[in-house]
Amino acid sequence: MTNKGKMMKKLKALALATSFFVALGGAASAKTLVYCSEGSPEGFDPAPYTSGTTFDAASRTVFNRLAEFKHGSTEVEPGLAESWDVSDDGLEYTFHLRPGVKFQTTDYFTPTREMNADDVIFSFMRQMDETSPWYQYAPGISWEYFNGMSMPDLIESIEKVDDLTVKFKLTRPEAPMIANLAMDFASIVSKEYADQLAEAGTMEQFNQKPVGTGPFTFVNYQQDAVIRYKANPDYFKGQQAIDNLIFAITTDAAVRRQKLEAGECHIMPYPSPADLEALEANDDLTVMEKEGLNVGYLAYNTKVAPFDNPKVRKALNMAIDKQAILESVFQGAGEVAKNPIPPTMWSYNDAVQDDPYDPEAAKAMLEEEGVTDLSMKIWAMPVQRPYNPNARRMAELMQADLAQIGVDAEVVSYEWGEYLARSSAEDRDGAVLLGWTGDNGDPDNFLAVLLGCDAVGGSNRAQWCYQPFEDLIQKAKVTSDVEERTALYEEAQVVFKEQAPWNTIAHSKVFMPMSTSVEGFVMDPLGYHRFDDVTINE
Amino acid sequence: MLRFLFSKLLLIVPTFIGITIVAFGFVRVLPGDPVLLLAGERGMNPDRYQALLHQFGYDRPIVVQYFDYVWGLLHGDFGISISTKQPVFQEFLNLFPATAELAICAMFLAIIIGIPAGILSAVKRGSIFDQATMGIALTGYSMPIFWWGLLLIILFSGILGWTPVSGRISLFYYFPSVTGFMTIDSLLSGEKGAFTSALSHLILPSIVLATIPLAVIARQTRSAMLEVLGEDYVRTARAKGLSHKRVIGVHALRNAMIPVITTIGLQIGMLMAGAILTETIFSWPGIGKWMIDSISRRDYPVVQGGLVLIAALVMFVNLVVDLLYGLINPRIRHQ
Repeated sequence: MTNKGKMMKKLKALALATSFFVALGGAASAKTLVYCSEGSPEGFDPAPYTSGTTFDAASRTVFNRLAEFKHGSTEVEPGLAESWDVSDDGLEYTFHLRPGVKFQTTDYFTPTREMNADDVIFSFMRQMDETSPWYQYAPGISWEYFNGMSMPDLIESIEKVDDLTVKFKLTRPEAPMIANLAMDFASIVSKEYADQLAEAGTMEQFNQKPVGTGPFTFVNYQQDAVIRYKANPDYFKGQQAIDNLIFAITTDAAVRRQKLEAGECHIMPYPSPADLEALEANDDLTVMEKEGLNVGYLAYNTKVAPFDNPKVRKALNMAIDKQAILESVFQGAGEVAKNPIPPTMWSYNDAVQDDPYDPEAAKAMLEEEGVTDLSMKIWAMPVQRPYNPNARRMAELMQADLAQIGVDAEVVSYEWGEYLARSSAEDRDGAVLLGWTGDNGDPDNFLAVLLGCDAVGGSNRAQWCYQPFEDLIQKAKVTSDVEERTALYEEAQVVFKEQAPWNTIAHSKVFMPMSTSVEGFVMDPLGYHRFDDVTINE
Repeated sequence: MLRFLFSKLLLIVPTFIGITIVAFGFVRVLPGDPVLLLAGERGMNPDRYQALLHQFGYDRPIVVQYFDYVWGLLHGDFGISISTKQPVFQEFLNLFPATAELAICAMFLAIIIGIPAGILSAVKRGSIFDQATMGIALTGYSMPIFWWGLLLIILFSGILGWTPVSGRISLFYYFPSVTGFMTIDSLLSGEKGAFTSALSHLILPSIVLATIPLAVIARQTRSAMLEVLGEDYVRTARAKGLSHKRVIGVHALRNAMIPVITTIGLQIGMLMAGAILTETIFSWPGIGKWMIDSISRRDYPVVQGGLVLIAALVMFVNLVVDLLYGLINPRIRHQ
């Protein structure tokens, strides 16, 4: 045999050996679901964090909340609370806890009692009681989501009525309260486990080895590589069909795709738009898609002339071809936005007419308002987001459109943290490209957070405080009747369109490629990746 | 020799001070603020922002922050990650074995291929083999690592199915980490097939990481050999009638190795840089990927602490190389 022949024989043997082990991995783990996740979780206690990657790994797998979002919807259903009563003045929420719920048994904790009111009170008080040793149980722990949702101002007290009844007293009525309690920071943790750690002097372990009531029990985390879970046999909704759940952390989208195609994982999030066609053409894969609960927008600074004039803003809106942006930047995966909330959200006002694309009329409107030789800046985000996959490209398209009506636009950008800080400034020069993905499915989470008077100088990038709009959203916030709230929000969207503080650009679609063997996966409008009720058919 | 060692050690002090200033300054020169990044699009009100700045100690004068940082380093305290809230040193220890395993394999590949290729090129100077080897070396040196890695994955994992796409071992295997080196741990675990799996996961990332050092070593070996082959003592050895193999293998090679060893030492630093990209492509949980994630999150303590730890490592390796250099070449240690 020649040297070349020997080499080929060796290579073939090596190939056989490796493919054998790859295949063995697949066969032996018939009940193991592998998810190629996009990044490492920051920790396993969901409350100190704000990123979806951490929530997928911690809150949606290991924990439950008093109320939960229904699978695949933004509607709220009972979770650890079987039911709740709201007082007539909207200031008292009484939760009746589900009896018989067990915390997970792991090799580092064995619960001696069932979940009760103490756990619920502990889960919230640790985030608001600065005197609690758990308020800062590890260096640098802070409660950004809880604070960002204004919970410390909203919650006056939390009382234990009996072992299975908890009463929240609020400082003001808050219609989205139940939806807030379905959010990740409101995950219910075990007080018994916390006490055990405090006694052992290892409180920081609370963020590394979680114990919850959720569908999966945490087994092990190899930093930046693999997270392992097993089905929780005591889960109050019944044990899951899969035995093991594995997150294989794979940060690069192209590599995730290769892993999915090679059968090394069953599901991958965030495919690169350029790969979608090839993934869809693969018979072994299915690509699920869903409208994301998001909006991408261009916010004018309504405090700076001439952008303080709604007619100027409308004229600029009419000069921009949003359909072309959708095709070019989103590759058609989404729809043109006309309202500040996405169409999948309740109270979306479909009757609102969008400003038409009409450069001639736009030019005439600007002249009518006496605006000539206008030059402006367009801020392009330096990062990719579901609501804006390529802000630089989007800004350039806008720049070309505006040039058509004689407006000279300059595209600027900053580092992400800097961008967020500078774009909040009330005297900011230029219009900002940004967007939002909903936290809790409530319209208040878009309209008040992004356009309310309180958010001027912060997340209200248009610096827009318009009293008729503000009155409507404030009234809706304290009204508990959903129909009444819907009417108020619908009207608010009409006011928004008339005043045009933003150019609403697009609501994007989110894609989820997976093996055809996966059954029961439901795409979540809030962008979570949940694996309860998922099974694999191999 | 002791004096030589002492003079080398003395150099470490100013280098260390320089590194702490660079590491501390580098992350602060970058625009962006770790506290603001914590809240993202959601934003943070100014009071909360101030409170958090205070909590992290970033509201203090920059000089105070620097001395606090150096004081911590001198006491073995590398700080706590803003993002994961874990001690930086602990994270480094968790992730370092993965990088070390990859770097050792890559260096091994680079040396066992690079040195013979360089020697042969020098001996057969001007031949097709020489030109082809140097052409390949130049290509390897110029290759963008990210593209090269992805290309290998698509070919060997995607199309041919010979190697796994990424990771350190098949997910089928699960055993506690003893040394952190997957190849060793897989042997210790006693699980059938685990070692082969770990080894198969090492192949592509090692090739990718080895590419640039291999090219550099091959080129350096060739030029060092050529220089030595023209020396009088080689001619004398030949004139004495020694065999070609003996002249090359004993008289020329040993002297040619001096600059090659220096090059290998310097490549350790290059390996750390290459590891950043290689680890990202192959989802390899090492310190390169850790640093890149931390820089994008402006995780000051991790960047400051991580850079110092990596620099200390490179300094240590260079010290060992200098000592080896002294052993091989007595003239150096007597200078």
